[in-house]
Amino acid sequence: MRSMTRREILIGGTTLAMSPWLVSRAFAQGKTIKIGALYPLTGNLASTGLDCKRGVEMAVDIINGKYDLNLPLAKTEGLPNLGGAKIEIVWADTKGEPKNGQAEAERLVTQDKVVAEIGAYQSAVTKTASQATERMKIPFVCSDSSSPTLTERDFKYFFRVSPHDGSFARDQFSFLKDLEKVKKQKVETVALLYENTEFGSNVGKEEQKYTQEFGYKVVADISYAANATDVTSEVGRLIKANPDVLMHASYITDAILFTKTFKEMGFNPKGFVTMAGYIEPGYLPAVKADGDYMIIRSTFALDLAKTKPLIAKVNELYKKKYGMDMSENASRSFTAPFVVADAINRAKTTDPEAIVKALQGTNIPGDQVLYPWRGIKFDPKSQQNIYATGTLVQIQDEQYVTVWPFEAAAKDVVWPFPAWRSRK
Amino acid sequence: MADQLMQQLVNSLLIGSVYALVAIGLTLIWGVMNIINFAHGDFLMVGMFVAFWFYTLFGVDPIFSIPICAAVLFLLGLVIYRYIVSKVMTGPILAQLVVTFGVSIFLANLAVMLWTPDFRLIDKPLLSGTWTLGAVQLSVPKFAASVGSVLVSAAVFLFLRKTKTGKAILAVEMNRESALLVGINTERINSLSFGLGSALVGIAGAFLSMYYYIYPQVGGLFGLISFCIVAFGGFGSIEGAFIAGILIGFVQTLGGYFFDPAYKYAIVFMVYLITVWIRPQGLLGG
Repeated sequence: MRSMTRREILIGGTTLAMSPWLVSRAFAQGKTIKIGALYPLTGNLASTGLDCKRGVEMAVDIINGKYDLNLPLAKTEGLPNLGGAKIEIVWADTKGEPKNGQAEAERLVTQDKVVAEIGAYQSAVTKTASQATERMKIPFVCSDSSSPTLTERDFKYFFRVSPHDGSFARDQFSFLKDLEKVKKQKVETVALLYENTEFGSNVGKEEQKYTQEFGYKVVADISYAANATDVTSEVGRLIKANPDVLMHASYITDAILFTKTFKEMGFNPKGFVTMAGYIEPGYLPAVKADGDYMIIRSTFALDLAKTKPLIAKVNELYKKKYGMDMSENASRSFTAPFVVADAINRAKTTDPEAIVKALQGTNIPGDQVLYPWRGIKFDPKSQQNIYATGTLVQIQDEQYVTVWPFEAAAKDVVWPFPAWRSRK
Repeated sequence: MADQLMQQLVNSLLIGSVYALVAIGLTLIWGVMNIINFAHGDFLMVGMFVAFWFYTLFGVDPIFSIPICAAVLFLLGLVIYRYIVSKVMTGPILAQLVVTFGVSIFLANLAVMLWTPDFRLIDKPLLSGTWTLGAVQLSVPKFAASVGSVLVSAAVFLFLRKTKTGKAILAVEMNRESALLVGINTERINSLSFGLGSALVGIAGAFLSMYYYIYPQVGGLFGLISFCIVAFGGFGSIEGAFIAGILIGFVQTLGGYFFDPAYKYAIVFMVYLITVWIRPQGLLGG
């Protein structure tokens, strides 16, 4: 065999073995508190993962530096109760896979000695990663995964800041009811379309539940693989079922593919009420005007700055740093570091048990949160933030605008959905 | 509903013919060298990006950048064969298996580094829009891609049967030693087949770029499906890959329509498993 020489193998292997050490060495100066962050930094969801990463980095900048912002720990450098100690994020790449989530969550504790972890965007990955941290008795604060089951496990070390899909699904149906009451737009039938992993299938379950409670008829219930190369059969089924409203829970690749296929095959329900994929920063640049009139569940939109000036201030910093507006994802990931840092600061130690105790006592007021929430406070049993609520945005002229709750709306909702053929 | 059934049948053909072209490239390489190119899906991704950049930077529509994609991918295939694959051809079987895996990971991550993991679409291709034929909605770019794929497949078929070089490739496929004995330069045929197989997937990439989103991991499932098609159609058989590609298009689309979309790929892989079980040589394999 004349492939690689021994020397080449040696050089390659050594470099590979050294690389994590080289990276972590670069940070190991000064007094820092290590927090592990798990995101899909490569693989299918890499663009999403990088977006989340920007949110976390922005938060850490604000915690470690001195900023005139009404956010926890913004006005002081580092954590004052720990002598100004700085937060250091140790990144772990899940590649979007649950098995890596678990392995990396363990590695962060055993190798990098992190005192808490955040992440991991996909519910399926957060699930396995937080199982690992639970076992290792390390707190895990999640502000970006939305599967309801995550906070139904009675875990002691797992906390969730953001709303879950149960409350999001409920919001969607409340919106349909409001539409009927306020705008006199009647909706009778819905089709449920969702990707078939932890996130999508739980949304499907929640939506099924609420259709009964709110009195809608489900005419199609379709789950599919998010990495599909072609979705014409799914859309064919939807056209056959002819629902008033399509509820779609997707990641980004499938959101793009479905949008194109809806248009191509002329699927025109009265409204598209969607989740996740449609609000990714990659979605609109890819589909452009074809994304118009999609309605998406959200916790964040820049136009909320009208009632919440903090959003504009943070977005200004963000834009300066990254040259783009803050997205929904970045805003969600942005929140977890504050919650963790605030707890560590109050605990006055980096002992994980003390941090958990402090987390349980978290009480961040609404004006120090980037969302229109009443604040952050965890339910003593499920450890889900009891104040987390969602909004709905609609894409209008290739912009996300808040349309529901109607009293917080920046613009009127466009309903029914203008048929594809009538648009240019 | 009969209308939707017609629509689904048309869709099956549209996706199936593109699968066929991707799989023909793969089966050609396998037939000649007994090497499974695991980077095949990533070659597809490179082809799509070539079409995308020619469109974005120079305003060349994908339909015109087909020869460019073919040429770039031909060169890429040649280089990867010469400097990577041929080095392990005489080595242990494991090395032969793993080497293209390495190329696959390298290419996908190189693409992330060079072009970021963002999603791109060619927003205004020359061929766009939808034709309405009775109850059937026919996407113009998909139709063009499908017709183009069939034409290119036919051209490959003719090239192999009618030209001297083509016959030499077939001869090496049948029996490498005998081909060597009658004076065929098998090393040259190897490079040529690897280049040709890559060029074909490059052409498929140009076709797909007219309507599909483009990002570094786009080749993953396409690559996997093309392995199934190659195994289904018979390793090394061009006609087999073509027929199997179309059939898999039907299995996937109709399976998703009549059973459950969540299982459409499971059905595809099931067909593959059953084939391997009952007829390991595939439909037209020798």
